[in-house]
Amino acid sequence: MGEVIVITSGKGGVGKTTTSANIGTGLAAMGYKVVLVDTDIGLRNLDVVLGLENRIVYDIVDVTHGHCRLKQALIKDKRFEGLHLLPAAQTKDKTAVSPDQMRELCTELKKDFDYVIIDCPAGIEQGFKNAIAGADRALVVTTPEVSAVRDADRIIGLLEAAELRSPKLIVNRLRPRMVKSGDMMSIDDIIEILAIDLLGVIPEDEMIVITTNKGEPAVLDNKSRAGQAYRNMARRITGEDVPLMDLYADLGLVNRLKKFIGFK
Amino acid sequence: MLDFLLRVFGKDASSSKNVAKDRLRLVLVHDRADVSPQLLEDLKEDLIKVITNYMDIDERALEVNFDNSDNTVALVANIPVIKMKRNAKREEKIG
Repeated sequence: MGEVIVITSGKGGVGKTTTSANIGTGLAAMGYKVVLVDTDIGLRNLDVVLGLENRIVYDIVDVTHGHCRLKQALIKDKRFEGLHLLPAAQTKDKTAVSPDQMRELCTELKKDFDYVIIDCPAGIEQGFKNAIAGADRALVVTTPEVSAVRDADRIIGLLEAAELRSPKLIVNRLRPRMVKSGDMMSIDDIIEILAIDLLGVIPEDEMIVITTNKGEPAVLDNKSRAGQAYRNMARRITGEDVPLMDLYADLGLVNRLKKFIGFK
Repeated sequence: MLDFLLRVFGKDASSSKNVAKDRLRLVLVHDRADVSPQLLEDLKEDLIKVITNYMDIDERALEVNFDNSDNTVALVANIPVIKMKRNAKREEKIG
């Protein structure tokens, strides 16, 4: 029996889909059977981030409405044996699926997969309610900005009201240099305000733009700092105790010189 | 110069991250209290019920609001009194 993990944020554009794709791929790379479920009906995107957009035949609405069998709608990733995607419908809206149908779908998927990762749409309306309906635990993605942290707080409240206790926090797009100069909230600042446990921190990384352009999750790129952060996070999800990576190591003058000369 | 030094050592209270934290704290007090206009209306009605046991007040001029300044949030009520009721408590007991 697997576990259903929903990835939420409230605010759009903070990296839910990128995080879903990378955590899912990271878990599959570790050998687990993973299915990524895109619940952003009408604004489907997880398929392009994963590079699977050309292989969609059926979608989540086809499954819940009985137009096809669940197995027919699942797209198998060719890079990893265990990685699958259940895409969102693009031409319907959020009301095309109900929380009850989602619960049923999650129960079905849990039988066959170790991890069911649900990419939640932005907002707190029907799409959000659908996405969290069948979840066993929740992750909340935020960035170190006032608007994103505020929305994360709201989402944490709604998750707890829905009996999804103690969600874990992912802080995305942190810029260590700005934190050091006092112009960006630090991890400690955000944790203090939101009062929840941290799952991981992803540093701002241009590699994300490049990997997303190509449809290959950054978690597969050994040189990407964000990729490393996602690999660590995937291991933490499985229960491993992985320390946070040192985001400030590159900031010292000596280290920067070494890097410049080519020592690192 | 001092400003610059404080900034370098990250002690500047007005650094933009501290401004962000303060603003967030304040906005979250409101968000978490879930203060809807309806809740304020209900509160007003209840206040009127209790206060009119003791005094006549101008119900239309009554104001109840949240006020935030200096990192604290206060419930501020402005209730114009028209006149006090004599023997308010006894009246109620008899009534």
